[in-house]
Amino acid sequence: MGQATKRMNMIEAIRDALDVKMTEDSDVLVFGEDVGYFGGVFRATAGLQEKHGLHRCFDTPISEGGIVGIAIGMASNGLRPVAEIQFADYIYPGYDQIASEAARLRYRSNGEFSAPLTIRTPVGGGIYGGTTHSQSPEALFTHIAGLKTVIPSNPYDAKGMLITAIEDNDPVLFLEPKRLYNGPFYGDPHIPSVSWAKHELGDVPEGHYTVPFGSVRRITEGPDLTILAYGTMVWVAEAAAKEAGVQADILDLRALLPLDIEAIAESVKKTGRCLILHEATRTSGFGAELSAQVAEACFFSLEAPIVRVTGWDTPYPHAQEWAYFPGPKRVMNGIRKVMGQA
Amino acid sequence: MAAKKKTAKKLKTDKEELLKYYRDMLLIRRFEEKAGQLYGMGQIAGFCHLYIGQEAVVVGARAGMIEGDQMITGYRDHGHMLACGMESRGVMAELTGRSGGYSRGKGGSMHMFSTEKHFYGGHGIVGAQVPIGAGLALANKYTENGNVSLAFFGDGASNQGQVYEAFNMAKLWDLPVVFVIENNQYAMGTSVQRSSAETELFKRGSSFEIEGLQVDGMNVLEVRDAAKKAIKHARDGKGPMILEMKTYRYRGHSMSDPAKYRSRDEVTKTRSERDPIDMAKAHLLDEKWVDEAELKAIDKEIKAIVADAAEFAQTSPEPDPSELYTDVLLPVDAA
Ligand SMILES: Cc1ncc(C[n+]2csc(CCOP(=O)(O)OP(=O)(O)O)c2C)c(N)n1
Ligand SMILES: [Mg+2]
Repeated sequence: MGQATKRMNMIEAIRDALDVKMTEDSDVLVFGEDVGYFGGVFRATAGLQEKHGLHRCFDTPISEGGIVGIAIGMASNGLRPVAEIQFADYIYPGYDQIASEAARLRYRSNGEFSAPLTIRTPVGGGIYGGTTHSQSPEALFTHIAGLKTVIPSNPYDAKGMLITAIEDNDPVLFLEPKRLYNGPFYGDPHIPSVSWAKHELGDVPEGHYTVPFGSVRRITEGPDLTILAYGTMVWVAEAAAKEAGVQADILDLRALLPLDIEAIAESVKKTGRCLILHEATRTSGFGAELSAQVAEACFFSLEAPIVRVTGWDTPYPHAQEWAYFPGPKRVMNGIRKVMGQA
Repeated sequence: MAAKKKTAKKLKTDKEELLKYYRDMLLIRRFEEKAGQLYGMGQIAGFCHLYIGQEAVVVGARAGMIEGDQMITGYRDHGHMLACGMESRGVMAELTGRSGGYSRGKGGSMHMFSTEKHFYGGHGIVGAQVPIGAGLALANKYTENGNVSLAFFGDGASNQGQVYEAFNMAKLWDLPVVFVIENNQYAMGTSVQRSSAETELFKRGSSFEIEGLQVDGMNVLEVRDAAKKAIKHARDGKGPMILEMKTYRYRGHSMSDPAKYRSRDEVTKTRSERDPIDMAKAHLLDEKWVDEAELKAIDKEIKAIVADAAEFAQTSPEPDPSELYTDVLLPVDAA
C-alpha cells in the first residue's frame, strides 16, 4: 500500500478515524456524553473539539434516547453523525430509536430516506464493571433488520472499519471491546497485559483507508478446527488454541451483520469442526445464529457437533468476574469437546 | 405553584438533634474515606463513587422521614444506605465483592438493597431509579400505608427523558413521592452549564405543576426543613415536590477521574467554606453543646466502626462459585 504507518492503541486508532473523517467531510459531527470538553471517558475523542470546533464535536446531556433520535434526524437530513453511547449498557433508552426508527427508515420510506449514522459504544467485560458496565448486547441488534453491527478486535481494523461505518449509507452500530483498548487480552488477568505497540495490528496506516464489512480476518490458519470469534474472544481463542496444541482456523468475524458466511463455510468444510465463542449470555446469543448458519451450510462436512463457549445465562456479576468470563480454560474445554477428546 | 428560591434563615435545633446529624454525616465521611483507601489497596475493583461532600443531603433528608418511608437512588449510594441504618459491614463487604455483602458480591458498589430498611437500591443506570421511585409511591397510595418515597438523582440524571415521564405521572396521580435532585454541579466531567438549558433544576417541574425548592444542600438543617416540608406535602396527599439540593462532590466522579474539568481552587474553596460537617461542628462548639474532647471521642468511635467494617469486608469469604447462578429467576420448583 505504501502508506506510512504509526503505532497506535485502539483508542488512538478510533480517534484517528474520527479525525480523518472530520477533516475530510464537514458533514461529520461527533457527540455524546462527556465527548466534547472532556474528550470521552475512554479518551476516544480527546482533542477533537479543540481541533474541529465546538459545533463539530460536542457534549450532550445524559439522554440516550435523545442522542440517538437527534442523530437519526441529522442523518436523514444530510449529515454524517457519529454518536457515542458511553457504555453499551446505557444504550437501552436509545434502543427504541435504533430499532423502530434508524433501522426502519429506508424500508418504510421506500428507499427515499435513510439514516447513515454511526453509533459507537464500548462493550464487554474484563474490567470489573459488574452488571451495568460489562454487557455484550450485540444479539439485540443483529436481530434487527435494517442495521449493521460490527466489532473490531484490534487498532488496524478499528480505524478502517470506523471509516467504513461513517461512509456507509445505512445505520451502523460500532461496538468497541473495551478490554482491548490498550492491548490484546488473552483471557488470563494474572499475566501482565501486553500493549498494542508490540503487536503488528497496532501498526496503523496514517490518513484514509477502509476495512470493508462482510469479510473475516484469519488470525491463524490450521486444519484441526474452525474457531469463530469476535471482539475480545478473538485473542482468548488464540491463546487457548496455542495452549491446547491445536492448529486452528481462527476467524475474527469483524462484522456480525453483514456476515461473511462464505469464508466461514469454506473453513468449516475444510476442518469439519466448529467452535463458536462469545462473551454474551448463551441463550439466543449470536452464537445461536452462527451455529444455525454453519449447520445449514456445512452439515455434511461436520465431523462433530458444533460447540459454543459463551457467558453464562446470568447477569454479569460484580465479584467472580473470571468465573463469568469465558476464559482460556473454558475455551480449551470447548476445543477438546469439538475435537472429540472430551 | 411557582417554583421559588429559598432564602437563608436561622434554623432551630438542639444539642441532641445536631449531634446526631453530625455523627451520621461523619460516619458517611469516614466510611467513604476508608472505601477510597481500600480501593487504592486493590481490595475494591471496578466502579466506586464516593459521596464525600454531599453528606448533609441524605442525612437531612432522612431526618424528615418516618419508619416505612422508602429511599431509592443511583450509584453514588453508600451514604444513603448508611443513613437508612444499613450495616456498614454489609455495605463495605459488597464493595469488596464478598459473601458478607448486601448483594453477596453480585451487585458491587452500585447495586445494594434492603427490604428491612426500605432501601430500594442502588441503580447503575442513570435516571432509572426516578420512575421506580414514583412507582413505590403509587403502591404506597394504593395500599394507603401512609408512606412516602424519596427518589434521589443527580443534576446529570435530571436530563433523562424518563425523569419527565415520572414527573408527569407523579403529579397527574398526586403520588406521595419527593424528587431529590443532588445538584453537585457536575455529571462526570460535564458541568450543569454545559448540559442543561435550565440550570436552576428546582424549576424543572414547573410545566408539570410540581412545586420546587432550591436548598443549600451543604447545610443539614436547611435540608431537614425542606425535606420535612416536602414529605408532609406528599403525605398529605398533595402529590410530589422537587428539592434541588445545591451540593458538591469533593472527590472524582469515580475512582479514576483526571479531574481536568474543574480547578483545584474550586474544590478547596467549597471544602473550606461550605463543608457540611465542619459547619455542624462549628455550630455545636459555638453553642457550647460539645467540647473538642467530646468531638475527638466521637471521631474515635466512628473510626472504630469503619475499621471494623473494613476488617469484615476483607475477611468475609469470597462468594461460593455456585452463587453465580442463583437469583436469576426463582428455581422452577419454588416459583
Ligand atoms: C443511562 C446511563 N447513561 C450514562 C451513564 C454513565 N454515567 C454514570 S454516572 C454519570 C454522570 C451522572 O451525573 P449526575 O446525575 O450529576 O450524578 P453524580 O455522579 O454527580 O452523583 C454518567 C454519565 C449511566 N450510568 N447510565
Ligand atoms: Mg452531578
